[in-house]
Amino acid sequence: MLSKGLKRKREEEEEKEPLAVDAWWLDPGHASVAQAPPAVASSSLFDLSVLKLHHSLQQSEPDLRHLVLVVNTLRRIQASMAPAAALPPVPSPPAAPSVADNLLASSDAALSASMASLLEDLSHIEGLSQAPQPLADEGPPGRGIGGAAPSLGALDLLGPATGCLLDDGLEGLFEDIDTSMYDNELWASEGLKPGPEDGPGKEEAPELDEAELDYLMDVLVGTQALERPPGPGR
Amino acid sequence: MIPGIGTLTQDTLWCFSQVKGTIEIGTTEADIISTVEFNHTGELLATGDKGGRVVIFQREQESKNQVHRRGEYNVYSTFQSHEPEFDYLKSLEIEEKINKIRWLPQQNAAYFLLSTNDKTVKLWKVSERDKRPEGYNLKDEEGRLRDPATITTLRVPVLRPMDLMVEATPRRVFANAHTYHINSISVNSDYETYMSADDLRINLWNFEITNQSFNIVDIKPANMEELTEVITAAEFHPHHCNTFVYSSSKGTIRLCDMRASALCDRHTKFFEEPEDPSNRSFFSEIISSISDVKFSHSGRYIMTRDYLTVKVWDLNMENRPIETYQVHDYLRSKLCSLYENDCIFDKFECVWNGSDSVIMTGSYNNFFRMFDRNTKRDVTLEASRENSKPRAILKPRKVCVGGKRRKDEISVDSLDFSKKILHTAWHPSENIIAVAATNNLYIFQDKVN
Repeated sequence: MLSKGLKRKREEEEEKEPLAVDAWWLDPGHASVAQAPPAVASSSLFDLSVLKLHHSLQQSEPDLRHLVLVVNTLRRIQASMAPAAALPPVPSPPAAPSVADNLLASSDAALSASMASLLEDLSHIEGLSQAPQPLADEGPPGRGIGGAAPSLGALDLLGPATGCLLDDGLEGLFEDIDTSMYDNELWASEGLKPGPEDGPGKEEAPELDEAELDYLMDVLVGTQALERPPGPGR
Repeated sequence: MIPGIGTLTQDTLWCFSQVKGTIEIGTTEADIISTVEFNHTGELLATGDKGGRVVIFQREQESKNQVHRRGEYNVYSTFQSHEPEFDYLKSLEIEEKINKIRWLPQQNAAYFLLSTNDKTVKLWKVSERDKRPEGYNLKDEEGRLRDPATITTLRVPVLRPMDLMVEATPRRVFANAHTYHINSISVNSDYETYMSADDLRINLWNFEITNQSFNIVDIKPANMEELTEVITAAEFHPHHCNTFVYSSSKGTIRLCDMRASALCDRHTKFFEEPEDPSNRSFFSEIISSISDVKFSHSGRYIMTRDYLTVKVWDLNMENRPIETYQVHDYLRSKLCSLYENDCIFDKFECVWNGSDSVIMTGSYNNFFRMFDRNTKRDVTLEASRENSKPRAILKPRKVCVGGKRRKDEISVDSLDFSKKILHTAWHPSENIIAVAATNNLYIFQDKVN
């Protein structure tokens, strides 16, 4: 929240912007604007926007309006940033999946491509739920539903800013990612049949399928639980 | 009482009438009011909250003995409209928060309203029961079935009075038509159809048919990479059942005619104001995003709300609004902080008064603003417990933007951004307004002389 009349010192805050320099990126001709070196402040605004985007993507179902507005703002900020500020491009490995391509590139194109891939992810999520078609048709194997895809998308965006991780290769990028959410993945490349030693998540997978098929049947027949009116109002 | 006659701030004094809700500091999120709507006569006032509940207040009959006290609103019915749901296909929870309530015009003794959460629209029937049938032939007093062989005489059941019971029953459930979050519903003037709008699509429904809807607007790009704009609000024209408008996150409004084609992707009119170059910033697009669009009662104008202003547009002029009102321009220099704390994404609504002469919208610090279109005067009022004495006149508030702060003014930096008035409603024919402040509903009336 805004402080009560106190101006925060800029050096105290890495992410927050002091009130006085809010409008520094406006035209110099604009009246009553406290000026600050645009390049420095642009970078924090960029970081803030990337952070917002990341946070938005971490929601199970991102608010599309918020997402689109942040992405568009990010594009504006990036367009105004000096080209020299970007990291030198790294040659991408041949025949790598599009996600990896995005991780390795580090330019405007990378950001656009990252936006593209994450919005594409959203499209895949929609494709899963829109029509009652067999789930197996949707998405490439290994791509989970919901949480998995946005997380990958978010990694795309951190690509340019975390160029140092590229030295470790792709494996290094996944080091600090909690992979437990992938254990229950329905369409894991290991296949649908769970191994005997696997955790409870895998054992439940066949039951999940049944429940989902039941649900799909209900949807097709139009008699799903949503249609049942609740009891007399409380 | 004819609203709008006389100037707004000179002759109209607003008084506190009632407040609904608890005073406790640690309020649950479920009680946060998410929508407020009067019905077409103003007799009923409905609120929806984050917990999926709908509360309907009814105005009591004015008593001849208490002329100075106009009808108060008392709870008429409370029901759970939406429950939290789980979408199995996407593995995510669907919020039960009521995004919008819209009343249907009354056609018989019962009241009907539409309520919607992010995914499902429901038609609710609210009806009174004050009589009960007694004297069944086949059932005894406790309702148990009687052996027909023991019945020797027949009688006609009679209706006996009982204590008034108001029951709400869901009559229709319109589900599975929206992939994205529903932001608006609007009842058509034909009273047979209505539309529901989400971020990318608008669907047209017939009230009688729940398993089908027509898609009338689809702005989803073939390639999601190209997505740069979403639908933010939509409304039918109050008189022309073929016309509707929808607003976007880029600050544009499109008016569509359903007679032109089945899919109204080509607009009939396109309203957009050119950007003011002196005000351009990284946040220009975000603050231009329209959070609400409302037709005037006359159908001649539309009003839009973006982050800092309210604009009135003439349907016959697409290149710029005819009126622009600054709601809280002192925030223009704080946009970066408001972006950081996400306040810049807050969606404020706006409303017309019954005669389309005054418009109202909310702000922060529990302030709300009214603009008189004729006199060009405006006033800032506050919904707070401190001003909650019965018939206490609300004192206009003022925000001090710099320099010396006068005694009753509040400085911009002291504003409480967690107290936001997003939802307000104006009685269709009288100067009675309902203002939702987080979990409290304030009702204000103009002073009766």
